[in-house]
Amino acid sequence: MPSQAAKAQDILLPVRTSYIVLTLALAFFLNLLPWTGFGLLIRPDFVALTLLYWCIHWPRKVGFGTAWGFGLLVDVADATLLGEHAFAYSLLVYLAIILRRRMMLFSAREQVWHILPILLVSQLAILLIKVYNGAEFIGWGYFLSSVTGSLLWPVLSALFAILLRLKPDPDQI
Amino acid sequence: MDTQLPPLFKRGPTPLTRLVFFTLLSLLLFVTDARFKYLDTFRLSLSVIIYPLQKLATAPGLILDRASDFFATHSYLADENARLKQQNLLNAAQLQRYQALEEENNRLRRLLKARDGFQGNAALAEILYSGRDLFSRRIVIDKGRQDDVKPGEAVVDDTGVIGQVTRAFPFVSEVTLITDKEQTVPVEVVRNGLRAVVFGAGEAGELELRYMPVNVDIQTGDELITSGIDGTYPHGLPVGVVSKIERNAAYAFARIFCTPNAGVDKHRQVIVLLSQTQFPENMAAEPVPQTRGKAKKARRGN
Repeated sequence: MPSQAAKAQDILLPVRTSYIVLTLALAFFLNLLPWTGFGLLIRPDFVALTLLYWCIHWPRKVGFGTAWGFGLLVDVADATLLGEHAFAYSLLVYLAIILRRRMMLFSAREQVWHILPILLVSQLAILLIKVYNGAEFIGWGYFLSSVTGSLLWPVLSALFAILLRLKPDPDQI
Repeated sequence: MDTQLPPLFKRGPTPLTRLVFFTLLSLLLFVTDARFKYLDTFRLSLSVIIYPLQKLATAPGLILDRASDFFATHSYLADENARLKQQNLLNAAQLQRYQALEEENNRLRRLLKARDGFQGNAALAEILYSGRDLFSRRIVIDKGRQDDVKPGEAVVDDTGVIGQVTRAFPFVSEVTLITDKEQTVPVEVVRNGLRAVVFGAGEAGELELRYMPVNVDIQTGDELITSGIDGTYPHGLPVGVVSKIERNAAYAFARIFCTPNAGVDKHRQVIVLLSQTQFPENMAAEPVPQTRGKAKKARRGN
C-alpha cells in the first residue's frame, strides 16, 4: 500500500495556483449552499477539507495565510465572531504540517484516521470559543460534521488526484 | 531523517511560530469584534466580496423551487386559488375595519397630541438562506443598506414578529430570529395588558417568558403582542401564544413557554419594517444636559 501511494504521488503534476484557488472557491460554494436542519449538522466543512488536502500535498502553496484568510471569509458568511474559523483553520494547517510526512506513508483510506482527529480538534477549538462567548453545548451531534468530513476524505483525495493527473497540453511539462 | 538535513532552502519561521502568530492575530480579532465594534466596515467589505458566491449558492434551491412551482398540479392551483379568494375576502373586510379604526385612532391621538404610532415604510425581503452557525438562529435576507435597511429594525411576516435586523450589509442583512437564545422581545399580554419580556429558547418554535412570579396572571392560550416600549418593535404586533406553564412554588419564578405566532422557520418572504419614528437618544439619562444646552443657546440668542 505505501509504495502504491508513493507511486501515485510521483505521477501528480505540479499544481497551478489558479487551480488551488478554483477548488477552494468551489469548496466555499459548497459550504454556502442552503443547508438546514440535520443536513447542516452533518455537513462536512468542505473548505477545511480542501485546505487540508492542499496543505498536506503542497505545503509550499497553501499554508497559514491562505487558511486564515479563508477562515475570515467563512466567519463573515456564517455571521459568526470574526476570527473563529480563521483560528480553527490555522490550527488545522499546523496539525497538517506536523502530520503530513507521516500521512504520506498511508493510503487515502488509512489517512482518514489522521484527518478525523485533526478535524475534531479544529471543531473543538470553535466550540470552546463559542462556549467562552456564552453559547451552550448543542450536543454530541455537533461533532458529526468531522466524522462525515473524514469519511469524505478518500473520495476527495481520489478526485483531486484524478484532476491533477490530467495533462492539459502534452507539449508542456 | 529529513529534519536533520542542513537547511538547503530558506523556509522561514517554524510552523509553531506561525501558529502562535496567527493565533494571536485571531485573538486580536475576537476581542475587537466582540468588545468594540470597529470591525463592522471590515466585515462589510468582506461581505461584498463573497456576495456573488452567496447569491450563486442559493440558485440551486431557487431553481428547484421554481421547477416545483412549474409542475404544480391543476387541482392544487385551483384549490389554492379558491382558498386565497376566500382569504382575500376576509382580509378585505378586516382591512376596511382596520382603516376606519386607524383613522379614528389617529384623530384621537392628535387630540391627545400623542406621538403617532408606527407608520413607516416596509420592505419586502426574501430569505437567502438560514444561518449556518449551529449555535444561533439567524437568517440572511436579500435587502441591505441599499434598500435603507438598518440594524435594529423589526422583521415580520404576515402573522407576527420574526426577528430583528442585527447587521446590515450593502446588499444583504442578517436577521436574528426571536427564537435565538440572545434575542428578547418586550411583550404585553393581550388579555390583561401585563407587560413582560419574552426570550428565545434557542430552539425552533419555542419562546420563554422569564422572571414572572409563580402566581402571575397568565394562562395557557394567552396571546402576546409587542408592547412597543422598547422603541424597536412597533406596538401591537403578534408575537406568540402561551403554550405551557409550570408553576412550582419551590422556585421564585414560573416557567412559561410560548409558541411563536409567525412561521419563524417557514416562509421565504418577510417584511422589514423600516423604522422612521425618531426617539430622543437615551431619554432617561440625558434630559438635564439637553435642557441646559438649550437654555444657554436661548440666553445667547437673547
